[in-house]
Amino acid sequence: MTQTNHIGKAPNRVDGPLKVAGAAHYSGEFNVPDLAYGYVVSSPIAKGKILKIHADEVRALPGVLEVFSHENVPHLAWLDKSYKDQIAPGGSPFRPLHAPDITFNQQPIALVVADTFELARYAAALLRIDYEQEAHETNLEAKRTEGFVPGKGKAGFQPPPPPRGNPDKALANATHSIEAEYAHGAQHHNPMELFTTTVEWRGDGKITAYDKTQGVFNVQNYLTSVFGLKKEDCRVVNQFMGGGFGAGLRPQYSVFMAVLASLELKRSVRVTLTRQQMFSIGHRPNTLQLLKMGTNPDGTLASLQHHALHETSQFEDYTENIVNWSGMLYQCENVKLGYELAKLDIYSPQDMRAPGAASGNVGLEVAMDEMAYAAGLDPLEFRLRNYADRDQNVDKPFSSKKLRECYQQAAAKFGWETRSQEPRSMRANGKLVGMGMGGGVWDAAQKKSAAKAIISADGKLTVRSGTGENGTGTYTIMTQIAAETLGLPLEAVTFELGDTDQPEAPIQGGSWTAASVGTAVKDACDALGEKILKLAQKPADSPLKGAKYDDVEFVNGQLRLRLDHDQAVVLRDVLQASGETQLEADSSAQPNMAKQQPYSLHSHNVAFAEVEVDEDLGTIKVTRVVSAVAAGRILNQKTARSQVLGSVVWGLGMALMEETIMDHKFGRYVNHNFAEYHIPVNADIPHIDVIFVHEDDDIVNPLGVKGIGEVGMLGVTAAIANAVFHATGKRVRDLPILLDKLL
Amino acid sequence: MSQLLTSAPASGGLPAPVPTSPVRLTINGQTQTLQLAPWTSLLDALREYAHLTGTKKGCDHGQCGACTVLVNGRRINSCLTLAVMHEDDDITTIEGLGTPDNLSPLQQAFVDHDAFQCGYCTPGQICSAQGLLNEGRAHSEAEIKELMSGNLCRCGAYVGILDAVKEVVDSEGRQEK
Repeated sequence: MTQTNHIGKAPNRVDGPLKVAGAAHYSGEFNVPDLAYGYVVSSPIAKGKILKIHADEVRALPGVLEVFSHENVPHLAWLDKSYKDQIAPGGSPFRPLHAPDITFNQQPIALVVADTFELARYAAALLRIDYEQEAHETNLEAKRTEGFVPGKGKAGFQPPPPPRGNPDKALANATHSIEAEYAHGAQHHNPMELFTTTVEWRGDGKITAYDKTQGVFNVQNYLTSVFGLKKEDCRVVNQFMGGGFGAGLRPQYSVFMAVLASLELKRSVRVTLTRQQMFSIGHRPNTLQLLKMGTNPDGTLASLQHHALHETSQFEDYTENIVNWSGMLYQCENVKLGYELAKLDIYSPQDMRAPGAASGNVGLEVAMDEMAYAAGLDPLEFRLRNYADRDQNVDKPFSSKKLRECYQQAAAKFGWETRSQEPRSMRANGKLVGMGMGGGVWDAAQKKSAAKAIISADGKLTVRSGTGENGTGTYTIMTQIAAETLGLPLEAVTFELGDTDQPEAPIQGGSWTAASVGTAVKDACDALGEKILKLAQKPADSPLKGAKYDDVEFVNGQLRLRLDHDQAVVLRDVLQASGETQLEADSSAQPNMAKQQPYSLHSHNVAFAEVEVDEDLGTIKVTRVVSAVAAGRILNQKTARSQVLGSVVWGLGMALMEETIMDHKFGRYVNHNFAEYHIPVNADIPHIDVIFVHEDDDIVNPLGVKGIGEVGMLGVTAAIANAVFHATGKRVRDLPILLDKLL
Repeated sequence: MSQLLTSAPASGGLPAPVPTSPVRLTINGQTQTLQLAPWTSLLDALREYAHLTGTKKGCDHGQCGACTVLVNGRRINSCLTLAVMHEDDDITTIEGLGTPDNLSPLQQAFVDHDAFQCGYCTPGQICSAQGLLNEGRAHSEAEIKELMSGNLCRCGAYVGILDAVKEVVDSEGRQEK
């Protein structure tokens, strides 16, 4: 019996006790001595120039240390490339406090630093600024015909594949066809924790930045190139992140401001954005999508055409993969995909949970529902008739794909067979009832990652990698992997993360952390295991004499032969007999390109949703959701389930609530707070079932994991939108579906 | 088209900031005196002056519930009240409910039901749930969901939060028979 098999089980989070006791320290919670506070002043106009900042009268207030703006910022890096972080899109990155030009509303234009937070806030409110205002354009509708095809630019961006077959002719000849436009407004990540940086001034130009970020190395690179710091003088730390969802992928202006002030004042400084300012740091862009589809007499897709247009800033060409998924989720020989951007006087959009896919998925999966109805088919049956066994975008087989099993298991759990196809045909509790479905596909990626493993003579294992914990369960799953690899109880293992003094890990995004850092952790522990085996074989009477590493296993604190469990040594005895105080090993794990190249690597999911609609009031209540996910091997059933539950909540928010509303007259978001930007609350949450369909896949990576943080959000929004149609007979194509759209 | 926006000059210089004064607060049973400006919120007093950072700032406007603490056993948003108003009150923060090595039943239930992900809204959720228990008003799942809806969770851990609170409500025998 083994007690040290941890992978695939459901242990509690190892960082849980710290979090529930308020003892986990987020970036604004490091008590450094002699701390000053910075408060950001934001532009009230969308476009124009700052003529004058009346800083002197504010500087004269007792306790105010400085007012930073373009008028007094010291010479910093000159070239655009110095400001480009690892995932910067094409164009020129925004430089805070660089010039008098205003290019978006809420642009940070000054930082007031004072001895206390209260003073900084007060002084910032008094700062007078003269502007010259210019006409702005913030409305995507006005730029419909001015879309342009972006260049490459951002890492991870894939331009849509070229058309295949003859999509227009196939559409013209189709038995049934549909054409519709879908839209959603801007959405903001709104993690609960405000963007905060505490910079500790360590003297002599050396700083430690406790920064809210999904990538400490990305921030360190940015700071060293912008401020001309040496890496060893610029440590970046983030051990706990109060939610990211993409908002922390790029260095935010809060870290720029805090570091600037610290270096200039030679003092520790904390800068915290307000919730309102959290609407000025990037967003899921306002997007318009045109879908055209046609079917053959047998219900197979004859043609599929998907075109998307979304907003970006004047200075960067932010890109995301919106339409590409439509060329791989279903089998179709005639496909045309298009993607364009339009420039507006707004801040650059920013990757937000399942960027691109979450948007494109709504267009594709609502259109699939419309097409199923036009062809007289059940929406699930329609998808099964168009099941893709190959990724036609790249003409490769999938390394694994159990979407069919997801459909079957989730449909059975949901009771899809009880649904009647006709809209408005189901009622309960005096309300209209609707059932809808939607599915999705997301990348299974692995990035280069490093880790270090150290074991002490008393058998305690410490593993380090500079990755992040933003709620996904990184501490826990890495502890599980390390403990299982060296046959230890979870309590004997400590995983440390979020520090540029640790081995380098990639940005925490793209659902690739489990695969990337997990592989590095396993490799480091295996490298350590090989060293331990050598030590165990030193004694002349070692029962493991002559054994290779593949011949042995670490289980229950022992090292033993795989084929003869009686030939074993106790790990702690080996370490203590060796006379070493500790052993350590390093790893650097990369994807096996030769193994991966012949395949398309993706996770899949499906969601079924039930809604009740009160026809008199237009109110929509989601009553049940069943979500099934095929994402390779699940490392921790508990934390993975939580990620999917959270994804369903996000899908519900996107369907029924979330929209940042721009007042185009002022070019300013008007609901930039938590009272008016609606996200789901506890009372909105239906019964949610989560199903994991296991996939054996040793092609994606040695651990067989595909990542779980983003795929679970797909399908949900469309399933709810389709359920609303089924309930009411009204097809709402612009999200969110608010009650007035049903009346 | 261009338009000038010019702010009005201050006459006779800007008004000086209000001076600070000592404020005596009893937090988790310990009384301490903090030197505070009168407009310091209870939330900022806890986090920035008493260095009790378990209480979180999510919006500073009473819209998210992350800053929920118990004042004389009742749950309140600590961002919507000033520290100087609480000199005679008994303030309990998340640090006063339990420690990582000695969790309260609610804290343990949150861990067991994975009722959080990033953990940032969690202290507020737990203080709110503790207040709800103190009020004796949570008798059903629907009531718990409604009465916990002032606490936002962007990770969407609401299913676990409901399960965790319900477990403690049930075990304390407060559920309607």
